[in-house]
Amino acid sequence: MSPLLDSIFSSDFGFAVLRVMTPLIFPALGFAITDLAGVVNISLEGMMLMSAFFGVIVGAFTGSLLLALLAGILIGIAMGAALGYFHLKLKTDIILGAIAMNMFASGFTIFLLYVLTGDKGSTSSLKSLVFPEVHIPLLRSIPVLGDILSGHNVLTYAALLSAIVFFFLIFKTPLGLRIRAVGQNPDAARSVGINVDRVQLYALMLSGLFGALGGLYLSMGYVSWFARDMTAGRGWIAIAAATLGGNMPLGTFLAALLFGSVNALAIYIASVNIPSELIQMIPYVATVLALALYAIRVQKRRQKIKEEALEEEYDSGPPDNPPPAAAKQRGGSS
Amino acid sequence: MAAILEVKNIEKIYPDGVIANKDVSVSVEEGTIHAIVGENGAGKSTLMKVIFGITRPQNGTISFQGQEVNFKSPDDAIQQGIGMVHQHLMLASDLTVAENLVLGIEPKRRGIFLDDHEMIRLTREVAQRFSLEVPPDKKIKDLPIGIRQRVEILKALYRKAELLILDEPTAVLTPQETEVLFRTLKQLKANGKTILFISHKLREVKEIADRVTVMRDSQVITTEDAAKLSEEDISHLMVGRDIRTERIPQSETTGEVVLETKGLSFVNEDEIFVLKDVSFSVRAGEILGLAGVEGNGQTELVKLLTGLLQPTDGEIFVRSKAISGLSPRKVREIGLAHIPEDRMENGVADQASVKENLIVDRYYKAPYSRRSRLLWKTITDHTLDLVKRFHILTRNVDTPVNSLSGGNIQKVVVARELSADPDVLIASQPTRGVDVGSEEHIHSLLRQVRDEGKAVFMVSADLDEVLKLSSRILVIYNGEIVAHIPDPSMVSAEDLGPYMLGVKRQEDLGAEIHS
Ligand SMILES: Nc1ncnc2c1ncn2[C@@H]1O[C@H](COP(=O)(O)OP(=O)(O)OP(=O)(O)O)[C@@H](O)[C@H]1O
Ligand SMILES: [Mg+2]
Repeated sequence: MSPLLDSIFSSDFGFAVLRVMTPLIFPALGFAITDLAGVVNISLEGMMLMSAFFGVIVGAFTGSLLLALLAGILIGIAMGAALGYFHLKLKTDIILGAIAMNMFASGFTIFLLYVLTGDKGSTSSLKSLVFPEVHIPLLRSIPVLGDILSGHNVLTYAALLSAIVFFFLIFKTPLGLRIRAVGQNPDAARSVGINVDRVQLYALMLSGLFGALGGLYLSMGYVSWFARDMTAGRGWIAIAAATLGGNMPLGTFLAALLFGSVNALAIYIASVNIPSELIQMIPYVATVLALALYAIRVQKRRQKIKEEALEEEYDSGPPDNPPPAAAKQRGGSS
Repeated sequence: MAAILEVKNIEKIYPDGVIANKDVSVSVEEGTIHAIVGENGAGKSTLMKVIFGITRPQNGTISFQGQEVNFKSPDDAIQQGIGMVHQHLMLASDLTVAENLVLGIEPKRRGIFLDDHEMIRLTREVAQRFSLEVPPDKKIKDLPIGIRQRVEILKALYRKAELLILDEPTAVLTPQETEVLFRTLKQLKANGKTILFISHKLREVKEIADRVTVMRDSQVITTEDAAKLSEEDISHLMVGRDIRTERIPQSETTGEVVLETKGLSFVNEDEIFVLKDVSFSVRAGEILGLAGVEGNGQTELVKLLTGLLQPTDGEIFVRSKAISGLSPRKVREIGLAHIPEDRMENGVADQASVKENLIVDRYYKAPYSRRSRLLWKTITDHTLDLVKRFHILTRNVDTPVNSLSGGNIQKVVVARELSADPDVLIASQPTRGVDVGSEEHIHSLLRQVRDEGKAVFMVSADLDEVLKLSSRILVIYNGEIVAHIPDPSMVSAEDLGPYMLGVKRQEDLGAEIHS
């Protein structure tokens, strides 16, 4: 096991974690924004798949990275808008609508793949474009950190940046305020003349944008081809990450970091002599475990707060905090 | 003085054929406080909805500030200077006061960013202009209901409302909060604003209204100066007969302990310690009243008692049988019934029919079903009987509950719970939103339940109600029982006030509460 440990504590491992978490951060933020707006979008898997596919195809046929990027993003936003149309205009259940989108995306990309390349498995016959890697001059010269942080795909940096953009969007812009208001109490938003449907539509389209970037990275950065169902559940793990992170940017980032590490670990362990099926289970098992642990911790914390408050009350008189949050002093209990 | 609002010959017929407003004409003078009163289902809320553009009438005209208007949505009404404070407050609870206030017309910085400072400054400014203090950066969920309502009023003022409509604003307030609200309304009147409000509490109407419009059976009976009418006059006009208010005699005999709690504690999802070591018992044949300012743990206590929440610590006994961990259905089968405080949230399935709502707790039992089949004939007979016995105003029993008026929805809940023939009745705000006549009716029903030897635990924000009905009274403050009044006839509402506000508390309550 020692060579394995060595490799885990190497800077290569840190580098791999960032690489692996990129296609999780994007869709996780994409999910978070819709959940905040009260229109849970579980079709990120499908959005990523479509963008991954159209990015590769447009890139291969036009030779333009910019056009590939635009095509991928547009398809993601269009998927978000379509889901919004089904749900907000035609009043379809959003979960059913999203499931349909996922199934459509899987089937449609395979179909087009076959039509365009004659291959039902992957686009290996096409010359796919990839997004460039960026070497950050000063950073790369720092010993360990430089090796971990420098030399990534440009979309990896975009992913890190997008968590910050997400923060500003949600907390510092009028649209963000409206998204939060609509998600919490649509009637309240409606009562001040906010068009609830429109805000939710925007949230879904933004979700499509985030999902698209995750998909583009998969086929044009992480690897350089499109393969059928290549998202392999990342759109679902992303939902777990956002939930674990409470739909907040930092929390979501940390949860994605956790899942990224587990993923990277699975890749590293693959070099050891263990059945590969078992190893491939690791990220998914870790997801379930993390969610369960999270639920247990919330329970425990509530119990502890009660005990602490009781203790405090009997031991010493706590300061006179305003109700209802504070424990009130129990007069004459001594 | 000139009329700011002139409503003429309004006719509103709902799609199901219910005539809610029939040839309704009201004129509201600028700078006055104008009350609308009437029995449940008289058409008051409908009239407000018509004025505010929520629903559109079939006939009639509305003029506002001298111009005929035709609002297509509340948006239009807001634009023109009408604000409405709904009974269910329209606030996002995780957002701050300032955020709620500017929502929809946010101040911006550099074109795209929210201007946090400006937001808070604007909040302070309107608050100051109308002397309505609010904490701009506190979240709504951390504020008591009275302050939330104030935020709602400020929201309307911030949007330059000249006419403010309030639908039963005092129904959810404590006496103290009501007083503050009334000061606010008078203040606004002094500022030249016009107030139009609905209330079932005639004492309040007498206290602050300049003019009163009485509605009965979808029609306006009269509009008069409030000073010219006594409370009796008004209630007579409302129902077309006199209502007798009687002092309810206390029952002589109390039996064994039926409901008991020991050391109940509860920590909620936001990790706030809402109930601390609550112990009390209720005997057969008595009504134990719980008084307290809303938001001091009453809601959670009732949910714990009825199995809707599980205690963090402590135990609840019904006839010495521990009930925690049991589902609400199991708790009901043991003999507990529950009139919940929020009828729309926990009382009814709002799109289901009156009939369905009246049997949701018993549909699976004989005689309502046999071998998993519902016996509709029996059910219909049973529910028709309940509708009649409890004076529920509805077209028929297949009408969806959400098209009944607020007070009649409450009666549906009361009818179901009382007809379940419980050993223990948990009644939370049992008469919220019902008119004077129905209030008397429900009170006498509660007394009847008590005299039949049932145990009643009643929570109410209406101190008069607590004082009138209770055999004993507990006062809750900040999640703790702070006072026990063994003989309510010896105290007045003013005596309870200091306990409710946490200024005063009785020592060594432990043994006494179990009387
Ligand atoms: N959306 C609706 N669809 C059909 N009927 C309705 C609807 N809303 C109200 N009604 C009916 O119109 C009548 C008047 O109702 P409204 O809500 O105006 O009464 P109210 O005077 O406000 O009563 P309360 O004091 O109980 O609130 C009632 O018979 C009610 O059942
Ligand atoms: Mg009403």
